[in-house]
Amino acid sequence: MTHQRYSRRWFAGVVGVAAAGIAHAGVGGGGFALPEVMSDQAVKAISELLAGRTPQHGRVRLEIPKLAENGLSVPLAVEVESPMTAKDHVRTVHIVSPANPIATVARVHFTPRSGRAFLSTRIRLADSQRVLAFAEMSDGSVWAGDASVVVTLGGCLDPVL
Amino acid sequence: MKPAFIKVPERVKRGEVFPVKVLIRHPMETGHRRDRVGAPIPRDIIHSFRADYDGDVVFRMELFPGIAANPYLEFRTVATRTGTLTCRWEDDAGGRHSQSVTITVE
Amino acid sequence: MTSPAVRIAAVAALGALLWQLPGAARDEPGAVDAADLIPEDKRSGYHFQAEQTRTMQDDPMGNPGLLWVSQGEFLWHEAPANRRACAGCHGDAAASMRGVAARYPAIDGVSGRLMNLEARINDCRARRQALPPLPYESDDLLALTAYVARQSHGMPVGVAVDGPARPWFERGRELYATRQGQLNLACRHCHQQHAGRKLRGDTLSQGHGTGYPAYRLEWQTLGSLHRRLRACSAGVRAVMPGLGSDDYLALELFLGWRAAGLPVETPAVRR
Repeated sequence: MTHQRYSRRWFAGVVGVAAAGIAHAGVGGGGFALPEVMSDQAVKAISELLAGRTPQHGRVRLEIPKLAENGLSVPLAVEVESPMTAKDHVRTVHIVSPANPIATVARVHFTPRSGRAFLSTRIRLADSQRVLAFAEMSDGSVWAGDASVVVTLGGCLDPVL
Repeated sequence: MKPAFIKVPERVKRGEVFPVKVLIRHPMETGHRRDRVGAPIPRDIIHSFRADYDGDVVFRMELFPGIAANPYLEFRTVATRTGTLTCRWEDDAGGRHSQSVTITVE
Repeated sequence: MTSPAVRIAAVAALGALLWQLPGAARDEPGAVDAADLIPEDKRSGYHFQAEQTRTMQDDPMGNPGLLWVSQGEFLWHEAPANRRACAGCHGDAAASMRGVAARYPAIDGVSGRLMNLEARINDCRARRQALPPLPYESDDLLALTAYVARQSHGMPVGVAVDGPARPWFERGRELYATRQGQLNLACRHCHQQHAGRKLRGDTLSQGHGTGYPAYRLEWQTLGSLHRRLRACSAGVRAVMPGLGSDDYLALELFLGWRAAGLPVETPAVRR
């Protein structure tokens, strides 16, 4: 089902669009659109972290390659616009990959001593999908961003050693 | 032998926001894999990581199986004064590790 | 309307024509000249990875293979139970091991066998330290191999294929050019003829193997060249020779000859 949704992008990946580009999340307020179709555990994970709040789209920027070399290790950088003062800072960023068997990838906790709400890491992606990030602010609001990644199949399938 | 690499700038100015880069040797076994005879390989991941500097937690993270093996973590913190930045992490098998670097603030 | 006889003759003629084309079905081992197996524009696997993977290899804080190199440095200096450490005989590896990986595999003067780094390390353990061999793909062997190979980082690969190494080289060349497995492909079909083209989502490299032991994203750990070769054998559905086998050693020597001049990249990062 996921492949059908991303069929154009998947095809582009397969014919070798080897772009090392990054997908930016949109900037500017307004509602954040969650993926229409998600597994039960992904729906549960997201509704738990939102706890009834509606995420606004913006302030959260994800940097991730459009085409993953291998789904087992995909570099991801997340940054949230915030002055990071005692009065106004990011408390927690939730990184969610809804198409993974466990949708929550990380919960990152910041304080004003963090200086910037920034994390760079490498994640696993089970399939092509939109990677989501939700930022809980000190004022109780939630902001969200996303980036789409295509994950292709390797050439030779490796035997278990 | 140290289980991780930790890198910070050689020296930083007071008030400067500087990067901390960490690379930890750990398989981050998801629990979904099977070995060559089909038996499931038990989950063993680093589930929590924190960095303390100048008396406070400056960064904290809960990790799940979606974090890649041999985790790379890069975050920021504010230079307050010269001292030790200590990274601590814990995994499912009960392993607890701690490694420190010196922050030199001018 | 052509008669069946004419159509059969036309197909037979076409078949005979295709049979003569380079790279067509027939692959007698002697028929392929070794020089034809060297790519014109010789480039390592690094150049066939996505940008984020190359960045990962180049970043001293991002390349997980360096964690094993660090472990190898520790093991080099560690004196196991009453034996001398590697450093006890070889001193500073940066000096004593410089250039070694670039000319391996090589013939061992004592046994007359071709040895790769892994075999050489285990041979040293047996002869000099009275220690049992480290198993292939064990963290300790990978760490020591990666540490030794790292001392040749950036140096051009150049292996000897004359004298006692010659039969190994010939065997390696033969293996490289021989079809095998259910898919009936030789190494050269993917890595010589079709290097740069796509195999599902992957871009086929020239298959030099100059960055091993390498951190392969697919393995989520460091692994040896022989482990990588087993993945190739499995890929064409051939029976996989064992890690450290004579066939893989011969192939390793041939690959080293074919890669002459390319820099040692250990530990490389590959998909």
